[in-house]
Amino acid sequence: MSFAQRHLKRIYSFIYKTLVIAELEARKLRHDPTELFTRAVQPALWLLVFGQVFTRVRAIPTGNIPYIDFMTPGILAQSVLFIAIFYGIAIIWERDLGVVHKFLVSPTPRAALVLGKALSAGLRGLAQGFIIIVLALILRVHLNFNILALFGVAVAVILGSALFSTFSLIVACIVKTRERFMGIGQVLTMPLFFASNAIYPISIMPSWLKVVSHLNPLTYEVDILRRLMLLGGTSSYGVGVDLLVLILATGILVVIGAVMYPKVVV
Amino acid sequence: MAIIETNSLTRYFGQIVAVDNLNLTVEEGEIFGLIGPNGAGKTTTIKMLTTLLPPTSGRASIAGFDIRHQSAQVRKVIGYVPQLISADSTLSGYENLLIFAKLYDLPQSEREKRVRGALHFMGLDEVADKLVKNYSGGMIRRLEIAQSMLHRLRLLFLDEPTVGLDPAARRAVWEHIMDLRNQFGTTIFLTTHLMDEADELCTRVAIMHLGKVAAIGSPAELKKAVGRGEDVSLDEVFIHFTGNELDEGGNFRDVSRTRRVARRLG
Repeated sequence: MSFAQRHLKRIYSFIYKTLVIAELEARKLRHDPTELFTRAVQPALWLLVFGQVFTRVRAIPTGNIPYIDFMTPGILAQSVLFIAIFYGIAIIWERDLGVVHKFLVSPTPRAALVLGKALSAGLRGLAQGFIIIVLALILRVHLNFNILALFGVAVAVILGSALFSTFSLIVACIVKTRERFMGIGQVLTMPLFFASNAIYPISIMPSWLKVVSHLNPLTYEVDILRRLMLLGGTSSYGVGVDLLVLILATGILVVIGAVMYPKVVV
Repeated sequence: MAIIETNSLTRYFGQIVAVDNLNLTVEEGEIFGLIGPNGAGKTTTIKMLTTLLPPTSGRASIAGFDIRHQSAQVRKVIGYVPQLISADSTLSGYENLLIFAKLYDLPQSEREKRVRGALHFMGLDEVADKLVKNYSGGMIRRLEIAQSMLHRLRLLFLDEPTVGLDPAARRAVWEHIMDLRNQFGTTIFLTTHLMDEADELCTRVAIMHLGKVAAIGSPAELKKAVGRGEDVSLDEVFIHFTGNELDEGGNFRDVSRTRRVARRLG
């Protein structure tokens, strides 16, 4: 086998095994999809209660779109974040069950295990996206149903889920117990959420918070979703920059995750 | 050729030595038992040999491959059933095996046959399509062994394979382990703290105490070495070589883990 062939085979095998790990998760969800619905309660409350009230108040400058439109992509990004950030709990749980041991003893590249987990989170994210779009339709948000834009939304949701779930996996590999993780998960979510453009524009933030939110990947996730989900939606950084930030951050985290993941069983 | 060879294999956790200069040779086709109380270093040894845990110093090879530098090759020839219950309870038995058949690169044309074959071999045909959460403890253990034999492995590691099982289920697992060796020539390396299990099953045992091998030989040889005639039990052999009662040792974590396994199997 030539050098090039060998590498092609390795890349194929890597992608294949990543998808097998995601398939495992898909099969679990098929046997018991209830969690997809229970998880939809929180974003529904944000849209129905918080969104409705703040649309009346008109306290937040959102340009020429209604506040409910402005916040819908933010709430999608938020629910993707909330699901993904607690993914580490599942990792610790699987470690306690011995599932992780078995994966690590199989001839599967570590990065494929980590990326497969990330894609699994993406799957749950997509289900959230679907539910939020249905809610938004009921609330008469001006959604963009262009096929390409919808595809872009799906890509952004998968990337965002992958990014934050891999971050969560790394944290899990460091703290190693569920109790410690629960505490840290709470500490992480709120700052990520509030130091972003999810429910208010960055322009109204004090300058120190502006700096923080520019370093926050969630900001770019919201930015791309706002551009693609809404009719006449605008982006502050451009879809290209948003995608680049999300892909790069995910890539870096997967590499770190691949190094950290085997340590969870030590 | 020896299938396992360790050379001064050592592992420290902080200041505490878990495995201390271990020298072991296991020949192909043996059923080799590592016996000792909780905390003797059995699981640490298995974790190092299955590439889950890097040794602090010393070397070991599996089928001629170095566990540290050729871990990818090692993973292709071994199977591992952790002490913990690692089967996914939210999937069917068939699905559990299917996922691992894919991770072990079984060609698609053979996959179905091999999975059904392994289920049949372990006497699980009738429950193949039921969710694992409905299995009995003995069935789960047999499913895990079925999963580990999919890829025609040469060496199977079993960490406390019958902990938490009732006597009948225990006997069924033993019989399947012996069949696996007799029909496929698979070498078995198991740990146990049950002396009757070692006596019944193993061609050779090593008594492990405080990270070191206190004695090694066939159960008959070890009994003879005690020098008190025929009716010596392995328990007495153990006390003879270590000067300790068997049920000493085992910290909170070991005990709670064993109980958790027993509860899930029960």
